[in-house]
Amino acid sequence: MEKQKNSKVVEYNRWGYIFLIPFMLVYTVFQLIPLFTTIYNSFFENYRVGLEQIGPNFIGLENYVTLFSTPDIWKYFGNTMIMWIMGFVPQILLSLLLGAWFTSPSLRLKGQQFFKTVIYLPNLIMASAFAMLFFTLFANEGPINSMLIGWGLMDAAEPYKWLSNTFSARALVAFMNFLMWFGNTTILLMSGMLGIDPSLYEAAEVDGATSNQIFYKITLPLLKPILIYVMITSLIGGLQMFDVPQILTNGTGDPTRNTMTLIMYLNKHLYSKNFGMGGALSVFLFVITAILSIMVFKFTNAGGKEKK
Amino acid sequence: MKGFKKKALAVMMAAAMVVPMVACGGGDDTATTDTTTDTATEETTEAEDTTEEEASESKIPAGAHILNIYAWNEEFKSRLTDHYKGYEELSATEGKIGDTYVKWNITPSDDNAYQNNLDDTLLKQADAADDDKIDMFLVEADYALKYVDTDATMSMKDLGITDEDLADQYTYTQKIVTDSNGNLKGSSWQACSAGLIYNREAAKEILGSDDPETVQAAVADWDKYAETAKKVAAAGYTMCSVNDTYRVYSNNVSGKWVQDDKIVIDKNMEKWIDDSKALVDAKAEDTDDLWGDDWAKGKRPDGKVFCYFGPAWFFNFCLDVDDSETIAANGGWGFCEGPQSYYWGGTWICAATGTDDADLVKDIILTMTTDKDVLKEIATADSDCVNSKSVLADLASSDEGNIALLGGQNPYKQLAAGAEKIDLSNLSKYDQGCNEELQAAMKAYFEGNSTKEDAIKAFQTAVIEKYPNLKAE
Amino acid sequence: MNREESTIQKNVTKTVCYIVLILVTIMCLFWFYLLFVNASRSNAELSRGFTMLFSSHALENWNNLVHGTLPILYGLRNSVIISLLSAALSVYFSTMTAYAIHAYDFKLKKYIYAFILAVMMIPTQVTVLGFLQLIGKMKLDDSYIPLIVPAIAAPITFFYMKQYMDSTLSISLVEAARIDGAGEFKIFNTIVLPLMKPAVAVQAIFTFVSSWNNYFTPSLVLHTDKKKTLPILIAQLRAADWLKFDMGQVYMMIAFSIAPVIVVYLILSRYIVGGVSLGGVKE
Repeated sequence: MEKQKNSKVVEYNRWGYIFLIPFMLVYTVFQLIPLFTTIYNSFFENYRVGLEQIGPNFIGLENYVTLFSTPDIWKYFGNTMIMWIMGFVPQILLSLLLGAWFTSPSLRLKGQQFFKTVIYLPNLIMASAFAMLFFTLFANEGPINSMLIGWGLMDAAEPYKWLSNTFSARALVAFMNFLMWFGNTTILLMSGMLGIDPSLYEAAEVDGATSNQIFYKITLPLLKPILIYVMITSLIGGLQMFDVPQILTNGTGDPTRNTMTLIMYLNKHLYSKNFGMGGALSVFLFVITAILSIMVFKFTNAGGKEKK
Repeated sequence: MKGFKKKALAVMMAAAMVVPMVACGGGDDTATTDTTTDTATEETTEAEDTTEEEASESKIPAGAHILNIYAWNEEFKSRLTDHYKGYEELSATEGKIGDTYVKWNITPSDDNAYQNNLDDTLLKQADAADDDKIDMFLVEADYALKYVDTDATMSMKDLGITDEDLADQYTYTQKIVTDSNGNLKGSSWQACSAGLIYNREAAKEILGSDDPETVQAAVADWDKYAETAKKVAAAGYTMCSVNDTYRVYSNNVSGKWVQDDKIVIDKNMEKWIDDSKALVDAKAEDTDDLWGDDWAKGKRPDGKVFCYFGPAWFFNFCLDVDDSETIAANGGWGFCEGPQSYYWGGTWICAATGTDDADLVKDIILTMTTDKDVLKEIATADSDCVNSKSVLADLASSDEGNIALLGGQNPYKQLAAGAEKIDLSNLSKYDQGCNEELQAAMKAYFEGNSTKEDAIKAFQTAVIEKYPNLKAE
Repeated sequence: MNREESTIQKNVTKTVCYIVLILVTIMCLFWFYLLFVNASRSNAELSRGFTMLFSSHALENWNNLVHGTLPILYGLRNSVIISLLSAALSVYFSTMTAYAIHAYDFKLKKYIYAFILAVMMIPTQVTVLGFLQLIGKMKLDDSYIPLIVPAIAAPITFFYMKQYMDSTLSISLVEAARIDGAGEFKIFNTIVLPLMKPAVAVQAIFTFVSSWNNYFTPSLVLHTDKKKTLPILIAQLRAADWLKFDMGQVYMMIAFSIAPVIVVYLILSRYIVGGVSLGGVKE
C-alpha cells in the first residue's frame, strides 16, 4: 500500500519536470546564452570606434580594474539607491494605506471600484510622454514656478531650475517613478489581500478587533509573501532604474552626474559597443543585486520556509 | 455613473477591435492561441492573428531589383518623391524608379538607434545578398566622417561624378564629406550657413536702430558681442542661451578635437567656456537647453530675448510664424551674419560600397544635389537653403528671397556670403560625441554647480566612455 | 468608548479617506487631462508652454496624423499582436512553472527555484548586446519572434505566481482532483489556472503594458516600417524633419496609443478590483 502510493507520487512529480520544460528551454536560448556571452566578454577588450572594431583581445581582469579605478561606480550606485528609496518609501506607504482602506471591513468606502481602477492608470503612460509633460510643468517659467512666485515663495527674477539642482532633480525622478509605480504596487498588494479569506475578517470583527488590529494582526502577516515579492522586485527594478532619469536628464545624469544610475552608466558603454566594460559592469550589477536581494530575504525571514 | 462607464467601455472596445480588422480585411484561419486567460483576450488575439501574413506583405514583387536607402527621418524621401522625376510612390516605405524598387529603411536617431542599425548593416555589407545591401544612406555633419573616412562609402569620383558636376556647390559642404585622403564621398542639396537672428524691437531700443548693418557692427566679433550683451542685460533682456552660441565657436576651431588619440580642447572652445561663464554670471545669457519651453519663450515679445542663432530653416521651423502672438507673425525679426561664420544642419547623401545600383545612385545624387532646376524647385517649394551658389545668388538679387517674418529682409546675401567663409578643415569623426558632452558638462560650471576643472574632467570622462580608445591628456 | 463617539470617529476617518483618495485620483488623472489638452493644440500653441485649456486643433492633428506617411494603423495592430501574445504566453507559462515548483517534489526543485530567483536579478539591459548578436545569428532580425517568445521565461512573473500560490493555493484541492482521476495537465488547466485568476489578471496587465510601452528592444529588432510598434513610430514622429515636425501630432499619437491599453486595462481590471472571491481556497 505504502509503496504503491510512493510510486504514484513519483509518477506525479515527474510532471514537475515536464511543466518546467518551456521555461527552461526559452530561458536557455534567449537569456542564458546572451548572459554567458556577457560574462565571457567582460574579460576582453572589445569595442567599436566608428566603424572600426577593436578586439576582442583577452585582457583578464583589466576591465574590472578600470571599473573600480575611480569612485564613480559607487557614486552611481549611491545615486540609484537614493533615488529608489526617495520613490519607494512613499510608494509602499501609500500602497499599504490604500490597500488597508480598501480591504477594511469597517470602513466600507463608496466608489472603491473607481478609485482602485484609477490608481494604476499613470502606468499606462509611456515614460517619454510623461517626461514631456514634466518638462513643461517644471520649466523655469512653467506653471509650478509661476505658482510658487504667486505665493511669494520664490523671487521672480531667480526662477528655480528644477533639473539643475541635485535634490530637486533626484526628487523629480523619484516622484515620476512613484507616480508610475504606486498603482502597480497597490494592485499587487490588493490582489494578495483578495486572497485572504474574508471569514477571518468577519471573525475578527465579531471579536471586536479595531481596523488597526485587523491590519496588523491579519492583513500584514498573510500578505507577507506578496510583500516580500514587492520589496524584492521593487529593489531589483530600482537597481535597474533607467528610463525615467535617462529621459528627464537627456541621458546626461546631470547635475554633475548626481542622477546617473548604474544602468545609465551601462548605456554609456553601449554607445561604443563596449562589450568588455559593459560586461564587467553587468557582472558588478548582478553581484550587487544578488547581495541586496539575499539581505531582503534574510531580513524578512524568507516567505514560505516555516510552511514546509 | 456605472452605466456610463460600461457604455464608454463598450464603445472603446469596439473601436479598438474594429480598427485593426478594417486595416487587415479578415481571413478565416485562426492561429493557435494557448488555452489561457479569459475569453475577451482570446477573441482579440485571434482577430489579430489572422492579419499577420498581410503585415509582411509588401508591394515589391519577389525577385525584384531593390534599391535600399537608409535614413533617420522622411526628409529625403519627401524631397525625392516631390522632385525626382520617375519616382513613383508605392507606399509609405516603398517606391519605384523604372524597373528598380526603392525600399526605405527609416530608423529614428533616438538612443543612437539609426547609427547602430546602420553600423551593423554596413559591417555585414560584404556578405549580404545584392538586394539586401545598402545602396545609399544619409548622414549628418557631426558624424559624417565616421562613415566617410572608411571604405564603407564610395567616392564621388568612382561613381562617375566629376568635380565639374559639383562646381556650383559650396566648398564647406564638401569638406564635411571628404576623407583623410582628400576623396569626396558624399553630397548635399542643402547649404545651411547660419547667422544671428535678432529681435528688431529690442535692437531699436538698445542699439537705436534695427538696421542689419548696425546690428552686425554691434556683434561683429566676440568682444563687441559681449559688450552688446551687457547692454542687452541692462535693458532687461537676455541675449540668448550659451547653447545658441556653441556652434558658432565650435565651427571656428584651430585644431581637431582629437590629436594623436588625445582629447584637445581648442582655444576657441576655451573662449566659449570663459565668455559664456562671464555672460551667464552677468545675466546676459542663460543656460536653457535648445528646444525646451524656456528656450522657446523668446519667440514672443514678452520672452525678452534679444536673438537666436540659426540658418534659413530656423526661420520657418523655430519661430512659429503661424502663431499670431509671436514676433515672427509681425515680421519682427532681423538677420545679420554675427560674430563668426558657421553652419547648422544639413543632410548628406552617401553611396555605400558594394551597391549594385551605382548608376541609379549616381543619377539620384546628381539630380538632387546638382541640378539647378531641381534645386531651385526645392528652394521655393520646401524653403531649403540649397547648395548652389547660382541659385542663392538668384534669390539674393530678387524679391523671391524676401522673407516676411524678417520684416521683408532678404537674408540670402548674408547666407551666401557666410557659406563662402565657412572653414571646416578641423573636423574629426569624434565631433558628435565631443560637442554633445562639452555642452552637457559645462552646464554645471555655468550654473555654479561645479568648478571649471571638475567640469572639464567630467567632459573628458564622458568622451572616453564614448570613445574608449582616447586618452584625456 | 460609547457608540456615538465611535460613529463620529468613523465618519472623520472616512472623510479623511475620501479626501486622500480624491487627491490621489487627481494626481493620477491630471496627466491624461494634460495629454488630451496638448493633443488638441497646434505646434505653435504647444511651444507657448503649459495651459489647462483645450484648444481647437484636435481634428486637424488627427487628420494630419492619419494622412501622414507613418503607418499608424499597422503600428496599432503590431503593438496589439506583440503585447497580447507576450502577455498570454508570459502569464500561462509562468503560472505553469510556478505550479511545477509549488506542487511537486523532485530532486532538482530547490536548485531550479534558486536558479530562477538568481536569474531574476539580471537586468535585461545587461544581456541585450548578446541577445542582439544571437537573434542576428538565428536570422530572427526584423521578426516578432524575439519580441514575443522570450516572454515565456519571465522570472518576475513566475516569482509572483509562486508567491501568490504560497499564500492562497492549497494542495489539497489538487489531491482531491487526482482522486477523481484527472490528469496533471488537465488539473493545471481546469483547476489551478481558474483559481489563479486575480493573479493572472494582474500579471497579464503588467506584461501587456510593459510590452506595449517598450521602445528599447523593438527599436533594435524591427526595421520595416509596417512591422514597427507604436512607441517606435512615436519616436519617428518626434524625429521628423523640420518641415513636418509637429508636436500636436506627437501628442495626438500618444493619446491614440494610450487608448487601447486603457481598454485592455478596463477589461482585465474587473478581475483585480471587483473582489473576485477565491471560492474553495480556504485553509
